[in-house]
Amino acid sequence: MKYDSQLFKLKKNDRIADGIYSWVVENDNLPGLARCGQFANVKVEGKTLRRPISICDADDNSLRLVFQVKGEGTEIMSKMKPGEEVEILAPLGHGFDIQKDKKYCLIGGGIGVPPMLFTAKQCDNPLVITGFRTKDLVILQDDFKAAGAETVLTTDDGSDGIHGFVTDVLKEKLGEIDEVCACGPIPMLRAIADICRGKVRCQVSLEERMGCGIGACLVCACKTKPKDGEEFMSQVCRHGPVYDAEEVFFDE
Amino acid sequence: MSDLSVKICGVEFGNPLIAASGTFGFGREFAEFYPLSVLGGISCKGITLKPREGNPPPRIAETEGGILNAVGLQNPGVDHFIEKDLPWLKEQNTRIIANIAGNTQEDYCAMAEKLSDSDVDFVELNISCPNVKSGGVQFGTSCESVGAITDAVKRHCKKPLMVKLSPNVTDIAEIAKSAEYNGADVISMINTLTGMRIDINSKRPIIRNNTGGLSGAAVFPVAVRMIWQVYNAVKIPIVGMGGVSKWQDAVEMLMAGASALQIGTVLFNDPYAPVKINEGISKFMDENGIKNISDITGTVIPW
Repeated sequence: MKYDSQLFKLKKNDRIADGIYSWVVENDNLPGLARCGQFANVKVEGKTLRRPISICDADDNSLRLVFQVKGEGTEIMSKMKPGEEVEILAPLGHGFDIQKDKKYCLIGGGIGVPPMLFTAKQCDNPLVITGFRTKDLVILQDDFKAAGAETVLTTDDGSDGIHGFVTDVLKEKLGEIDEVCACGPIPMLRAIADICRGKVRCQVSLEERMGCGIGACLVCACKTKPKDGEEFMSQVCRHGPVYDAEEVFFDE
Repeated sequence: MSDLSVKICGVEFGNPLIAASGTFGFGREFAEFYPLSVLGGISCKGITLKPREGNPPPRIAETEGGILNAVGLQNPGVDHFIEKDLPWLKEQNTRIIANIAGNTQEDYCAMAEKLSDSDVDFVELNISCPNVKSGGVQFGTSCESVGAITDAVKRHCKKPLMVKLSPNVTDIAEIAKSAEYNGADVISMINTLTGMRIDINSKRPIIRNNTGGLSGAAVFPVAVRMIWQVYNAVKIPIVGMGGVSKWQDAVEMLMAGASALQIGTVLFNDPYAPVKINEGISKFMDENGIKNISDITGTVIPW
């Protein structure tokens, strides 16, 4: 079994920042299959489509899903109570490739930060750079520290941490690291890919509006060119969400 | 015990549920959930003569009770389908329907010829895709054009020919009659209804193609009405689709006149929907002493 849709029990639903919620959901079969950078597709009562949410953390029988309320579906999710059952299709997609004995720099922007926690736990002493618009949106800093990461916090408005962008920090630290993994808005990912090009390997996790979540319906398209292949419209849910940055056409 | 099998053009389907084209790829992703024999058949992703990249994203938007999509027929081409996908599909113990779309009548005929010598069970003529600039729906919106393409493809097609109708027309019964008169063996209906959603903050349509095809529960009553109208206008069997989400919908659409059904959008919400819908149909048949699916077809008692 690679993935399945099964019932989970909602164990925790905590508001951890302005409009941002942290779920812990339990199931005996699927969480243990999860790898960092993968996602879960959450069924929401009354909605035709499921909500794809990155996996923030996982152990053998639970998944942590941190999401931002963006529309009606995530609004419903934010109001669910511990004890309720929820159907989740997981784990999905192609995650980060983390190798031993390398110094990783993990970068998250906004709601792109959560998947970097599970990723940090797979790395030895990673450097984690996170960026948020403002201090009310800052999440997971203690979790990263507990995972043994060196953390650098930035905010766009200077209300917490360094006043500036994650890319400013990356430029300074580039000489100290072997590889970069990043998740966040496309302009941020494009800028990170530009900085890393020719210097260190960079993997990026993308977001796209999805349908089935497993690669059958072809709606979450992203133009990519694999290293030794021809360019094609890949499916973010199946070939991604994590790609080597050099494979991705960020503008199309 | 009720018998869920149905026979269409002499081809037996193990049950009346067929995966709708475009929602199921070429089956591999769903084989992770269950043996594909859970389905009576699979209508494969629409294929074209040459590979197609499809539309730029976003290709999907959620709506009340449904979705809009504009994938734009991304597919690896008919030759790839026959060589790489069909051999595996034929081992899955389910009926295989090849859904074909083209830019020209010649494209359709060339594909029908290639598929005639393959292992597919049916060819489904897609003349109703609303999401490509040329190809598809321009063949599907008048009696003359539907008649002409059906007649031309039929001459090149040794497989039973299913013609998939667009609901974006004035009188679908007249179109169905034209397809039947010109050689269609089966009607499948309905394809998606053209729709649009706009992001009120950016003023941009959510879908990059601006418009897309509406599917899901929202279109169900439209589909039932159109199937009923066509059932009363033609003698060839109808494979019904459009928003079937639960077993009650399936029974309702059969009563309207469908001989078998295609399900699609519901699979995104619940990949196990076909298992649940078949169980529900079976229970309904047992409780009502119905022995065959065909005993439900067209049994609506109109006022």
